[in-house]
Amino acid sequence: MDTDKTKVQSLIDKHQGLKKNLIAILLDIQESFNYLPPDALRQVAKSLGMPLIDVCGVATFYRAFSLTPRGKHICLVCLGTACHVRGGPKILEELERKLDVPAGETTKDGQFTLETVACLGCCAIGPVVVIDGEYHGHATIRKIGPILTKYQKPQAS
Amino acid sequence: MKHYRAHLLVCAGTGCVSCGSFKIKEALEKEIKTRGLQDEVQVVATGCNGFCERGPIVLVQPDGIFYQLLTVGDVPHLVEEHLLKGRPVKKLMYVPPAEKQPVPKMKDIEFFKHQRLIVLRNRGRIDPEKIEEYIAFDGYEALGKALTEMTPAAIIDEILFSGLRGRGGAGFPTGKKWAACAKEKATPKYLICNGDEGDPGAFMDRSVLEADPHAVLEGMVIGAKAIGASKGFVYIRHEYPLALKRMEIAITQARENGLLGQDILGSGFDFDLEIVQGAGAFVSGEESALIASVEGKIAMPRQRPPYPAQKGLWGKPTVINNVETWATVPNIIRRGADWFQGLGTETSKGTKIFALVGKIANTGLVEVPMGITLREIVYGIGGGIPDKRDFKAVQIGGPSGGCLPAKLLDLPVDYESLTAAGAMMGSGGMIVMDDKTCMVDIAKYFLNFLQDESCGKCVSCREGTQRMYEIVKGITEGEGKESDLALLEELAQITKDASMCGLGQTAGNPVLTTLRYFRHEYEAHILDKRCPAGVCKKLIRYVVLSEKCTGCLSCKKACPTEAIKGTLKEIHLIDQSKCIKCGACKEACRFEAIEEQREEAIQII
Repeated sequence: MDTDKTKVQSLIDKHQGLKKNLIAILLDIQESFNYLPPDALRQVAKSLGMPLIDVCGVATFYRAFSLTPRGKHICLVCLGTACHVRGGPKILEELERKLDVPAGETTKDGQFTLETVACLGCCAIGPVVVIDGEYHGHATIRKIGPILTKYQKPQAS
Repeated sequence: MKHYRAHLLVCAGTGCVSCGSFKIKEALEKEIKTRGLQDEVQVVATGCNGFCERGPIVLVQPDGIFYQLLTVGDVPHLVEEHLLKGRPVKKLMYVPPAEKQPVPKMKDIEFFKHQRLIVLRNRGRIDPEKIEEYIAFDGYEALGKALTEMTPAAIIDEILFSGLRGRGGAGFPTGKKWAACAKEKATPKYLICNGDEGDPGAFMDRSVLEADPHAVLEGMVIGAKAIGASKGFVYIRHEYPLALKRMEIAITQARENGLLGQDILGSGFDFDLEIVQGAGAFVSGEESALIASVEGKIAMPRQRPPYPAQKGLWGKPTVINNVETWATVPNIIRRGADWFQGLGTETSKGTKIFALVGKIANTGLVEVPMGITLREIVYGIGGGIPDKRDFKAVQIGGPSGGCLPAKLLDLPVDYESLTAAGAMMGSGGMIVMDDKTCMVDIAKYFLNFLQDESCGKCVSCREGTQRMYEIVKGITEGEGKESDLALLEELAQITKDASMCGLGQTAGNPVLTTLRYFRHEYEAHILDKRCPAGVCKKLIRYVVLSEKCTGCLSCKKACPTEAIKGTLKEIHLIDQSKCIKCGACKEACRFEAIEEQREEAIQII
C-alpha cells in the first residue's frame, strides 16, 4: 500500500518542516496512519533535509512509535509500580492468553495491538487497562473477557 | 459577573475522569436544568482534587460538602435533596474506615486535614480552563510584582533566600541555577519546564498541570524575567493528553490577556512559550536528555559540565526546572521568601507533593510540609494499609529511589534524610507495599524498567542494569546462588560510580535498598527456594484449602486451563500439572479457599 504522500506532507508542513519538530511530526504521522510507514519516514527525512538514519533513530528510540502496522484497537496495560503491586502483571498475562499475542504485538486478525505503558498516572483505579482511550479501572482477571468482548464486535457478513 | 447561590465543583483530574466524572457533570447540568436551577447553581469542572481513591468527586460550595464515589444514578437524588430541599445527602458522603458516621465537610476529612496546600492551592476550587478564576485567587499578582517592582537580581535573591530546591529529584537550589544562567553573556536564553514525569506510580506534575496550568506559566514568566530569557518550552509527556490540552488553553488565554508575548503587562518585557510533546522515554526526564528531545533528537544525556545554565538548548544558556518548582515560584514572590523560609526543615523548605499509591487505603495526591514523617503520611493522611494487612515498605523516588522498611516510618521527609536512608526525594512518588508484596520481585520490576529505559550510552548502565536484572530474575525463579548477593552489590555500586547521568547513577538504589533492608527475603529465595510473600510464580503453587472450600464451582469456571477438578458441593482440587499459576481461581473464590503455598508445603506433598 502506498503511503498518502500529500497527507504526510501536510503533517510536515503543519510543523513548519523544522528539524526540531521531528518528534511532533512523527507523533502526528503515527496518529494518522496508526504506525510509521517506511515511505513516510523517507519522506520526512527528505523534507527535513536530514539522513534517514537520524529519523529512524528517533523513531526507534521513543516508546510511542511503532514501525509495524498496529491493530484496530490499541489495548494498553499499565505496568506502573502501583499497578504492579496491585496485580498488573497478572492482568497482562490474561490479555496475552486471551488475545494470543505477547505484549508489543498485534493479533493475527489485526484487531488488537497489546501494549504496555510505564504509568498512566491514575494509580487510584489500578490495575488499569485502556482500550482505544477508554479506561477500565480496578481490572481483574475475570473482567478481561467481558471487556474484550465489547470491542470484538461481530464482523458484518 | 453572574452570582450563583451554589457551585458544584466536579473533579476532572485524570483519576476521576477515568471513573466517569464528565458523565457526572453532564448529568448534573441536565438535572439542574430540569429543575430550573440553572440560574442559581453552577457546575464547574476542576483539576485533580487529590482524593483519587474516592472518585468521581463533587464538592458543593459554599457549604464545603464532599460527595464521593458518585454514579450517574445518584445525581437526581443529590440535586433534589441538597439543592432543592437543602438537605445534604448522607449516603453519598465519605465514611472513614471502621466508622459509621459520615464526615460531611471536606475540611474535616483526615485525608485533607493534614495537608498544607501551596502549589496545589487552587486544586479543586477553580476551573483550570478559565484564566479569570486563576486571577480571582490572586493569580498573576506575583507576575505583576516581578515585572513592575523587582529587578532580575532581586527576583533571584528572593528565590535564593527562600531556600527553594528543585522538586524534580536531585534538589538543586533553584536560585543558584537561575543565578548561574543569569550571569551568562550569550543570548538568547531559554527556559524549559520539565513535565516528562516518567516515574511509574507518580502523577504530581500531571495533576499540577491539569489543576492549575497558569501557576506553572506564571512561574515561568517570572523566571524568564529573572534570567533574561525570551523563549520557553513546556515539555509534557504525550501520555498526559488532558495536561497538554489545559496547558495549551492556558497559553492561549495568557497571550490574549497580555500576560505572554510582546510587552507583557506593558512592562516592555517579551517572552513566549511553546509546548513540546514527549514520546515516551524515561531518560528524557534527565535535563541534558530533555534538551536533546526538545531539539527533536534522541533523548540521550550528555556529559556535564558544561551545565545547561551555561550551554543548554541549541548551545545557549538554559534553565530547566520541574513543573512543581515552577508552580512554587509565584507563591514565593507573592508572599515573600521569609514566609516560605518558615515552612519545612533546616535544609528543605516549603512543601512537597507526593503521589500516595499502591497498597494504601486513601490513594491520592497530597501536599505536605517538608519534614513530616512517613508515618504521618502513610497512616495519618493515607489511612494505613487496606484489607487488614501489614505495612512492609514504602518505595520513594521512583526507579532511582529505594524501599524503606517499617522501622524507618518515623523518618522525616526531607532531601537529606531520604538520601541517607538510601532512597531519594525524586519527583515524589510514594508507593506503599504490604506483606503480600515481594521485595525481590520489586527489585526485579525496577531493574527490568531501568534496563529497558537505559539509553545505552554508558556501558556501566546498559550492561549493569541488564546483568542485575538477569541475576534478580534468576533469584525469583529459584535459580539464585549464595554468591549472587555480593555480585549484585558490586554491580550496583559500579553502575552507580561509572555512569554519566542520574538514571545510571541511581540505578543501583532499588537493589541496594532492598538488600539493605530486606536481605532475608533474598536469602529465603536463594537458600530455601521460597517466596515469603507468595508472589514469585516459580516458587509457589495454588492449592484449595479443603476446610474452606464449599464446592461452588466458581474457580473451576474461572480456570483457563481446566486444571480444576470437582463437582458441585464437593471440595475442588487443582491439577498442578495443568496449572499455569495465573491466579484466576484465587480471584474468583469468595471463601478465601485458595491460597498460594510456599515451597515447604510443596515438598510435603
